[in-house]
Amino acid sequence: MSLRAYLLRRAGGLLLVLLVTSFIVFGLLYLAPGSPLAFILGPRGGTPEQIAAVTAQYHLNDPFFVRYAAWLGDILRGDLGYSIVYRQDVSSLISGRIGTTLALVSMAAVIIAVVGVAAGTFAALRGGWSDQLTSTTAAIGLSTPSFVVGVALISIFAVGLGWFPTFGSGTGGLDTIVHLTLPALALSVASAAYLARITRASVLEESGREHVQTATVRGLAPGYIVRHHVLRNSLIPIVTVLGLTIATLIAGAVVVENVFALDGLGSLLVRAILQRDFAVVQAVILVLVVAFVVVNAIVDFLYTFIDPRIALGSRQ
Amino acid sequence: MTEPLLMLDDVRATLRLRGGHQTLLDGVSFEIHAGEALGLVGESGSGKSLTTRAITRMLDPAFRVSGEIAFDGTSVLAMNQAALRRYRSTDVGMIFQDPRAHVNPVHRVGDFLTEALVRERGVDRREAERRAVVLLDEVGVRNPEQRLRQYPHELSGGLLQRVMIASVLLAEPKLILADEPTTALDVTAQSDVMAILDEQRRARGLALLFITHDLELAAACCDRLAVMYAGEIVEQGAHVYHAPTHPYTVELLGARPSIDQRVDRLPVLRYDRETHELLKAEAS
Repeated sequence: MSLRAYLLRRAGGLLLVLLVTSFIVFGLLYLAPGSPLAFILGPRGGTPEQIAAVTAQYHLNDPFFVRYAAWLGDILRGDLGYSIVYRQDVSSLISGRIGTTLALVSMAAVIIAVVGVAAGTFAALRGGWSDQLTSTTAAIGLSTPSFVVGVALISIFAVGLGWFPTFGSGTGGLDTIVHLTLPALALSVASAAYLARITRASVLEESGREHVQTATVRGLAPGYIVRHHVLRNSLIPIVTVLGLTIATLIAGAVVVENVFALDGLGSLLVRAILQRDFAVVQAVILVLVVAFVVVNAIVDFLYTFIDPRIALGSRQ
Repeated sequence: MTEPLLMLDDVRATLRLRGGHQTLLDGVSFEIHAGEALGLVGESGSGKSLTTRAITRMLDPAFRVSGEIAFDGTSVLAMNQAALRRYRSTDVGMIFQDPRAHVNPVHRVGDFLTEALVRERGVDRREAERRAVVLLDEVGVRNPEQRLRQYPHELSGGLLQRVMIASVLLAEPKLILADEPTTALDVTAQSDVMAILDEQRRARGLALLFITHDLELAAACCDRLAVMYAGEIVEQGAHVYHAPTHPYTVELLGARPSIDQRVDRLPVLRYDRETHELLKAEAS
């Protein structure tokens, strides 16, 4: 399959997934009890005239399919809609926050990749006591919720030692990196532990392969064999897990964003769901789905470089 | 008499298991002189492959190995890691049964052929590729330049085994260990690959330890045969194929069906562990 055909097919698939998820999310929000009126008119509610005016302004009484079709039409024209709670364009709400989430997830992804692969390889190759220690640490990391890790990190490194700020996303550049270090660590602990386990299993399996024996019996250096023949061949499961992890981190960042008071997509999504802010929920979900599909397409694309036996778009 | 290139003296390999020991190589002794070919035959599980693993020190660490293995007068079992790597990369070359499994599928054929030269001998990559092309041509691979750019899965089994042979010849070893190099190939590829291995070996004057189930083949291309049974060499020498003396060898050679004779039932081996132990007891 040519690259062009592959990209076309993936883009078609992306559109289909977007259509289905947007319909499901829209439908679920529609079915859920509660109405944005409560947030617009305040706790005391409004006069019947006010309610009628707001209902008419936002088409809240229109049938489900009419509202969905109207929303879909706006999206196709490039209009993400208008938040009735924030009284702002959804696109500006999102663009103001996507940078924070992106930076957070990128930093976490780097930490996960480096720590996970290093720890997993170390455990698999050293074996024995080192393996036990790494596996136990990974099990602990895997079973500790990120908010617990976050609070612990804050109390030790931010409050106790004062090395890092406790909240906020900084003012860009190095300041952002310093601000996001603890959140990124908190976000990456469980996934790094998971990746370490996957890497360990994969490296163990690959070290037992016949072609590794060939390399050994040819007198190649052990370090070279590990890099060139063992790790290189273990990449498929590692990259798969890494890709899925990064995609889910974007949504998973919500807890960490709350703990560290970061204004990212995650916290925006949760608030929007609670306030029945349809347009914001839909738009954020769209962004998440696009990220998920794009990351997976990149992973599929990487497969063809990792293993030449896999052709682009093949079912192997 | 000159010193043998490879000498095995009373080599034993014992596997420690729960509740006892299992001796899988039981006093194996033989010699291979420079340029000489020894055929190692015997049934599955008799210890042929284990012997090659012992020679290259590739046995699992769970094995306890005793006896003496000497290459060019140097003890293989006493080598440190650096000497062992030097020995593996320059002195012996190993050809495996299944080239598909024994060549890393994710790297190009060219990488496989040249990596040992480039990494271990400091040969320039271009020069290593030039030598690889020459050798591929010699082992009968057409379009060698193009093959270097291909991946192993794009080559047939026979072609890949020639690549494996070329990779061993590239290292210019003194001894080739070939562990059933043709078993995984189809019949036509088998005879081609064997002819090439035999021809190249003779042309370069390399010694060969040839492991096979094919007694005719072993007799045709080896100077001497050694017959293994239950981790022991029961009989060895140039006479084995034509005038076997050990009962097991006699039965083994007799068990081959003849193409010009019609028989109702194929002969089977009656020789078993019990007979073996009995014979050993009588001999001692």
